[in-house]
Amino acid sequence: MNLLSRLKLRGGVHPVGRKELSAEAPICALPLPERLFISLQQHIGAPASATVSVGDKVLKGQLIAGSQGMISAPVHAATSGRVVAVGDYPAPHPSGLPVPTITIEADGDDRWLDFDPPADPMALSPEEIATRVGAAGIVGLGGAAFPSAVKLNLSRKSGVTTLIMNGGECEPYLTCDDRLMRDHPGAVIAGILLIQRAVAAPQVLVGIEDNKPEAIAAMRAAAAGTGVQIVPVPSMYPMGSEKQLIQALTGKEIPAGGRAADIGVLVHNVGTAYAVHEALAFGRPLVRRIVTVSGGAVTVPRNLEVLIGTPAQALFDFCGGYKDVPARLVMGGPMMGQEMTNPNVPVIKGTSGVLALTNQEIGRPSPAPCIRCSTCVRACPVGLLPLEMAAHIRIGDLGAAVDLGLKDCIACGSCSYVCPAHIPLVHYFNYAKGDLSAKERAKLKQEATKKLAEARNERMDRIARDRAEAARLRAVKKAAQEAAKKAAAEAKSQATEVAA
Amino acid sequence: MTTLTHSPHAHAPISIGRVMATVMAALVPTTLYGFWLYGWPAILLWSVAMASALLGEAFILRIQGRAVRPALLDGSGALTAWLLALSLPPFAPWWIAVVGALFAVVIAKQVFGGLGQNVFNPAMAARVMLLISFPVEMTLWAAPTPLTAAQAPGFMDALAITFGGGHWDAMASASLLGHVKTEFTRGVDLTHSFTGQFALADAAWGSRTGSLGETAALLILAGGIFLIARRIVTWHAPVAMLLGVAIPALIGHAVNPARFLDVWPHLLSGGVMLGAFFIATDPVTSPNTGAGQFVFGFGCGLLTWVIRSFGGYPEGVAFAVLLMNAAAPVIDRYVKPRIYGRTRKGAALPVKGG
Repeated sequence: MNLLSRLKLRGGVHPVGRKELSAEAPICALPLPERLFISLQQHIGAPASATVSVGDKVLKGQLIAGSQGMISAPVHAATSGRVVAVGDYPAPHPSGLPVPTITIEADGDDRWLDFDPPADPMALSPEEIATRVGAAGIVGLGGAAFPSAVKLNLSRKSGVTTLIMNGGECEPYLTCDDRLMRDHPGAVIAGILLIQRAVAAPQVLVGIEDNKPEAIAAMRAAAAGTGVQIVPVPSMYPMGSEKQLIQALTGKEIPAGGRAADIGVLVHNVGTAYAVHEALAFGRPLVRRIVTVSGGAVTVPRNLEVLIGTPAQALFDFCGGYKDVPARLVMGGPMMGQEMTNPNVPVIKGTSGVLALTNQEIGRPSPAPCIRCSTCVRACPVGLLPLEMAAHIRIGDLGAAVDLGLKDCIACGSCSYVCPAHIPLVHYFNYAKGDLSAKERAKLKQEATKKLAEARNERMDRIARDRAEAARLRAVKKAAQEAAKKAAAEAKSQATEVAA
Repeated sequence: MTTLTHSPHAHAPISIGRVMATVMAALVPTTLYGFWLYGWPAILLWSVAMASALLGEAFILRIQGRAVRPALLDGSGALTAWLLALSLPPFAPWWIAVVGALFAVVIAKQVFGGLGQNVFNPAMAARVMLLISFPVEMTLWAAPTPLTAAQAPGFMDALAITFGGGHWDAMASASLLGHVKTEFTRGVDLTHSFTGQFALADAAWGSRTGSLGETAALLILAGGIFLIARRIVTWHAPVAMLLGVAIPALIGHAVNPARFLDVWPHLLSGGVMLGAFFIATDPVTSPNTGAGQFVFGFGCGLLTWVIRSFGGYPEGVAFAVLLMNAAAPVIDRYVKPRIYGRTRKGAALPVKGG
């Protein structure tokens, strides 16, 4: 199966891994920072809404912001202390724009709220598991941060034949999932079994890139007898992408515009499984995660257990600071991560790594003309023509780029990585996607406005018609009354005449 | 404040300059062999072509108001001149190299918009222009006179040959394909004209009459394999071009040996080897996909065979490449990779229940 699936996968690149920087550093906990900046928009979907106010005392794990709407996730206090601010704080986003954030001043006790975990989480019903996962604020920890409970509920309804656990970790530098699988394989497997129960999946495959033999061995030992299969997959970027991992493990493709559930597959990250286990076995909501601190500029790269809301700078400081001038700070991996323009932005649920990269590592020569070498075409895991798409976007012909498959682009960055002309291809595609969605929104808005205007016109017409009708009826009535009166008067006078 | 950055925050250690340098490195063996085989005139001709291309490109960039240094340093102009020089008769006069190199970089490349914008392979466009405009100079072949041989022209003789219009005894030689074509026009068929003309070992090593750097088939093959191994080019276009020549040659020769040359003389004569590995693989003027490059390469090979067998010119590689260059956008239009989650036609894959 492995050879066959290898033949089926297309494209991909082999970036310099640099995982050796941090792969041998066991997970250790970052000391409690003084303040935590807990963002209310850490997930895909509607931001959570604060349920505490300034001055409130909170305990670790206490709900501080509730989920809003269908796709959203609650947020919990990551340590015990006092709420000192509820307001805007810079988000880990290239724009550096502020988002609603709750600031907690740690009291140093780091005292958990008292939980009453179920005696046997595996005895819970699938619905109950999903509910608890949702209440624990668990989102996809691979980076996308999609609320996990939403995925569980949708998948349970549509039916899942294969649950795939993503232990690919194909991004260079990142070793947080690797370390998690090596250091806590039992908890990860326990979490996987809970997810399996939640969606009633008959088959569970854990895909791990074959550059992590220790993780594969540890997970195999922990999975023995559970029915969970550990499957090594070739080390290739973007193996950790949902679409590519599904294809590598099952040979199936998600239909364009569809979801994994359409082919009976559900994909979760191994870090998410660990969080699910924490939430169900101990009642602990998602308030901490493993973060890889690495990059050529970091003195001692390591894997840290970090409270959500910890400023990135604290992580670098704990790793001995910088040994070299960092040319760029990145949150996430180097292929798809985002630049941190402000080192004090907080760690969020989706933060897999914080990197301090040197000039030599990022390599930023100026773009040259495209020589149509089609290295990007060979690298694209989706089967797109990046050079053609970029050429069309360059001249503003977004429609042609869409025809070439722009919307199928997964923004993995493989094309930009290999381009000998150093053309920022992904940048072009993201720009075009942003422009298109803005246009779509504008169009929807315009349509909505038009509809409203039409409805108003119709309403006004109707009102006018009703008024006219009422006036006419009144007139008719009045005329009838007058006629009756007149008739009556005439009758009366006639009667009088007759009487006279 | 800060410049806008974007992922990925890493890059493969590759650049256009490096791609061009790798291709030039792959050309070094056959070029050095050509220098040895044809001596000083070849070295002078190559140098003149390189210098003219670089000066011409610098001039045209300057009058366009574009940065000269980065465009020259990417090595694309030098590579074009290099390939053109390899396709010239080694004893051709200096002005052939000058006119050809200037035509290649100025007309065929910069006028179209510079690097990456040209529709036709500049070296082949220049070669065709020269062949049509100066047929005498472009078909004056020299018999191999290795640098080490006694009858080889010395440096001063070479200056006279390249710059002085001086003649050299060895220049009366004819290329194999030219000889065959000439004999055909005289009504002599292959069974008479071809005997003793072709030695497989000589052809493979390159010890034959021909262009400056097109004769050493094995050295060109080695350079091509090096490029494929370094992933600068893929196997599609070269293999397809060789097949495109070999398959019709095999069939033709089997059907009528007196009329059609055998497969080995076809593959090892003229510019087929250089064309397959270094011209058909030109990224700018070939299709984008592996399958497209295969179609392109096969077309180059087939047209080469057709022109050689039925056309007015003895050699057809340059014409074939230009014709296929013109077809490349059409090939790109029809040969596209299948997009993940979609059928070949672009529709979403059907959703299978369960």
